[in-house]
Amino acid sequence: MNIENLVDLAAHIESRMPDAVRSTQIVVGELTILAERDHIVALLRFLRDDQQCNFETFIDLCGVDYPERTERFEVVYHLLSMRMNNRIRVRIRADEETPVASCVPVWPAANWFEREAFDMYGIQFSDHPDLRRILTDYGFEGFPLRKDFPLTGNYEVRYDDLEKRVIYEPVKLVQEYRNFDFLSPWEGMTSEIPGDEKAGRGV
Amino acid sequence: MADTAHLIEEDDRKFTLNFGPQHPAAHGVLRMIMDLDGEVVTRIDSHIGLLHRGTEKLLEYKTYLQGLPYFDRLDYCSPMNQEHAWCLAIEKLIGIEVPRRASLIRVMFSEIGRIMSHILNVTTQAMDVGALTPITWGFEEREKLCVFYERASGSRMHAAYFRPGGVHQDLPPKLIDDIAAWAEQFPEKMARIEDLITENRIFKQRNVDIGVVDQRTIMDWGFTGVMVRGTGLAWDLRRSQPYECYSELDFRIPVGKHGDNYDRYVCRMEEMKESTKIIQQCIALMAKEGPGPVLLAGSKLSPPRRADMKNSMEALIHHFKLYTEGFHVPAGECYAAIEAPKGEFGVYLVADGTNRPYRAKIRAPGFPHLQAMDHLSKGHMLADVSAILGSLDIVFGEVDR
Repeated sequence: MNIENLVDLAAHIESRMPDAVRSTQIVVGELTILAERDHIVALLRFLRDDQQCNFETFIDLCGVDYPERTERFEVVYHLLSMRMNNRIRVRIRADEETPVASCVPVWPAANWFEREAFDMYGIQFSDHPDLRRILTDYGFEGFPLRKDFPLTGNYEVRYDDLEKRVIYEPVKLVQEYRNFDFLSPWEGMTSEIPGDEKAGRGV
Repeated sequence: MADTAHLIEEDDRKFTLNFGPQHPAAHGVLRMIMDLDGEVVTRIDSHIGLLHRGTEKLLEYKTYLQGLPYFDRLDYCSPMNQEHAWCLAIEKLIGIEVPRRASLIRVMFSEIGRIMSHILNVTTQAMDVGALTPITWGFEEREKLCVFYERASGSRMHAAYFRPGGVHQDLPPKLIDDIAAWAEQFPEKMARIEDLITENRIFKQRNVDIGVVDQRTIMDWGFTGVMVRGTGLAWDLRRSQPYECYSELDFRIPVGKHGDNYDRYVCRMEEMKESTKIIQQCIALMAKEGPGPVLLAGSKLSPPRRADMKNSMEALIHHFKLYTEGFHVPAGECYAAIEAPKGEFGVYLVADGTNRPYRAKIRAPGFPHLQAMDHLSKGHMLADVSAILGSLDIVFGEVDR
């Protein structure tokens, strides 16, 4: 699919679904539609059924977390048209409380992908038939792919020889997780090194 | 609730059965809660995530180069194919092309990976339905491929051989000769395995007309790869959206007719023959075009030569910075997909201009395939579940990530 066709396609989608499309962009040869959250299901259904779009295969759905934004999440849909040999990406904004309409009625395949986005980010999907956790442990707490979730997790699991069962306990680290900041030319460590507290005191 | 009253009445035909998580036919750690009516499956609730290692979270805390080995551990039946998708995503965002020889080596090892994965799948599926010999014969060949992996990268499985900008090292000439010799004798070994399985009465009884996929199902459930080709749609990313040098190679795309387990098995067998042809073409092209660079020379992505580091301070600094800080990828987003043995394996990469990905989503083909287990198995007998699961070609490294 060359760029001109993508431009035409973007214009076509924009003209047919003016309410749903906020803007379109074509970067590195990929068409992205920034869409309105409230119209997402109508837009996806249009992209699937329209004769010029024909994005019949649901490829992927995922969340992205931007904690500094007011609506901190993005939900990203990837669709494929085998007939037109074309791909498209649709992005919407979402937050922690307001649910996104589920697209399971459009593609049953979205079921597990939405469960995963819920599991990893806590993004709510309304009208989802079965919004349970999918990848994390039974009884898991928190949303691991959020930027504020620690890489080490909160609980660790081990087999306890006395109790003769697997037990959960808070993560104990012999050494703090070291997050090196290689971007700064001077400060290698982001966490405080012993003795650092003297620096600001003006001895 | 009023309408649950009938459930309380004892119905001795209705069972709920727990399958897994440790079961040899589950091809890993899969737990399925199956509702049965007698011996007929009425509902399957798959519990996955028992092999979830948080790959996507880990990738956000690693540089692009450090993240690469995690891709070997996704679909561990064909490790280099996964690395390929990661490298393609990075290369797409940076906007570079890999050297010609690197491209040929990548394609060759992708096809070796495809054969490794298909041998494993076909023979274990035969084992799931009762044939014990094919797996021993298949693994003899597979082991030779693992040795090729080791001779190229130093590791039988977790190669970390593909790098953004090319491949890590050039292949020794003797290795290329040995791969050529292997490709020469492989079709004959394939024929022997085919003799065992293809016309086998039990294998056919267990697989023909089981797990039938039609074109509607493909679209609804997001199928890719052999699951699509088994129904007769010639959809292959190597042909329809070619990457690397696939567009100039001569290979066929085998398609099935009925979309059942058996057609998928036949597709995989035929694909292995095509892959062997691709390997031979790559070797011929490499011989014709002669030696050349295998990693983008003189760029920020590749380490300097060891000899340069002895004499040049800049080379030494570059080496140190590359392996500590890593290279930076310009801000942006992209999706790169490859035709992995199991279907479309894609990486959605969001970069913020630093040395680490902001978000990397791995689109594993097995995830939507396994999701359709409930849809595919409904109305089949309990014994067919393992046959269907086998033909979906599920590997939990990539499903759970």
